[in-house]
Amino acid sequence: MPLDLATLLASMIPVALLAGLIGLDVVSFPQAMLSRPIVGATLGGALAGSPEAGLVCGTALECLALESLPVGASRYPEWGSSSVVAGTVATVGTTDNGLPATGAFAVAVVVGVLFAWIGGWTMVKHRQLIARFARPRLDQLAAGSRNTVVGLQVFGMTADLARGALLGATAFLIGVPVAEAVHANWTLPENVSRAVVITCVAGVAAAAVWKDFHAISGTRRLFLAALAVGTALVVWGA
Amino acid sequence: MPAGKSGGTPSGNPAVLTSQLVNSPALPAALRATMLLRCLAIQGSWNYEILVGNGMGFCVEPALRRLPGGIDGPAYKAALARQSVYFNAHPYLAGLAVGALARAELDQVPPERIERFRTALCGPLGSVGDRLVWAAWLPACSLVAILVFGLGAPPLGVLLAFLILYNIGHLGLRDWALRAGWHHGLRVAQALGHPVLQHGPRYIGRVSAVLGGLALPLAVHRAIGGEPPLTPVPLAVAVATPVFALVLVRLHGRAEGWRVVLLVLAAFVLYSVVR
Repeated sequence: MPLDLATLLASMIPVALLAGLIGLDVVSFPQAMLSRPIVGATLGGALAGSPEAGLVCGTALECLALESLPVGASRYPEWGSSSVVAGTVATVGTTDNGLPATGAFAVAVVVGVLFAWIGGWTMVKHRQLIARFARPRLDQLAAGSRNTVVGLQVFGMTADLARGALLGATAFLIGVPVAEAVHANWTLPENVSRAVVITCVAGVAAAAVWKDFHAISGTRRLFLAALAVGTALVVWGA
Repeated sequence: MPAGKSGGTPSGNPAVLTSQLVNSPALPAALRATMLLRCLAIQGSWNYEILVGNGMGFCVEPALRRLPGGIDGPAYKAALARQSVYFNAHPYLAGLAVGALARAELDQVPPERIERFRTALCGPLGSVGDRLVWAAWLPACSLVAILVFGLGAPPLGVLLAFLILYNIGHLGLRDWALRAGWHHGLRVAQALGHPVLQHGPRYIGRVSAVLGGLALPLAVHRAIGGEPPLTPVPLAVAVATPVFALVLVRLHGRAEGWRVVLLVLAAFVLYSVVR
């Protein structure tokens, strides 16, 4: 059943707070990888009452995140905050065995990727904001001011927390109504639709493993051999 | 006790440095805990002008309070100013620099030598950390999580498996870096020759290839609902996934997979709703 505006706003607050905390983990504190999609989306799903749906969505996003490594000062998607919302969006409709319903699942993955991309842009803006804040204080830094050093850290982390929360709130306010509308109007068969989404994310993950470790001799042969073993396990396990 | 506290006269003399290494003072437990905690927030004010420079000052600061005169003394202010300028390093390995620079400041090594040493550390700490953590350990732990999911673990099991495994490496590396930096002082380059830093990425890469191969079929099977594998939909997925992966590998450098997926899925959602 579609949420009314008041309920939507009330539901948004805990999701935004969690998105802020998880967004903080990406770079500022403590980088314990709570911000990986498989964690963020599962927590988002749990917050909405279905950790299983969040986990499935998080695994799909984790496959995509394998490709974008947060190396150096490069710009990369910010998966943390967006994953929390994606996990929540995935719970808009669930099947009997706890999987996200296909329409909600597809929208959740789209929301996760889209807002991870936007989140990467907000991180750039956040870093520029810290630089602007620091510039008039460089003289105090050069004088060895303890308060300035600590103040800059606190400002940066507070701004990052607010950035993640704002991003999460925006993604939630857009993602949940869209997922409800799509879920209600989904016309394709459930199993085929799910297969399309999974094929996309698994393809990215396979390509990422293939590319990421290519410089190490023998890894591609190991990957193909393990892929054969994994496939055999699925067939025999069934 | 650091030499500086007892009025020692450290210098750039290699014999003196070797003697300092042999007589390395223990890093006091409370100081170690405080600096380690601050290292978790070292990137809190990361920006495009001084990068992690302010974070370095923030992490070294608890040690600097032990300089003669305390936090109001000129030695403290000069040292904090030196440590809060431009710096770049991988966040997990920055502890090597934090420990080494804290030791150098407390030993009252000449400022120009500290500055040269600080500048020289930036490059290696960045590249070694990126190779070991972002390009090896993180994807390996991600693949473990996907494998655990594929094996049917509940949400809490997947989360705990990932977070515990990843953070054993993460926190272990941060703690080792801080202790090694303090122990080696200005000779911290020796610590960068540690076998885990040098050869770890290669071994982790091989394990990751195996994990990836095992994890993907199992995780795909669970995510599509556990349908019998020899039925049309799972078979179609088994054929289409490597084909799509091949296309992405061919596109390497021209289009990132997640962008392609965003477009494909957005179009798919629209098609399903408006058809």
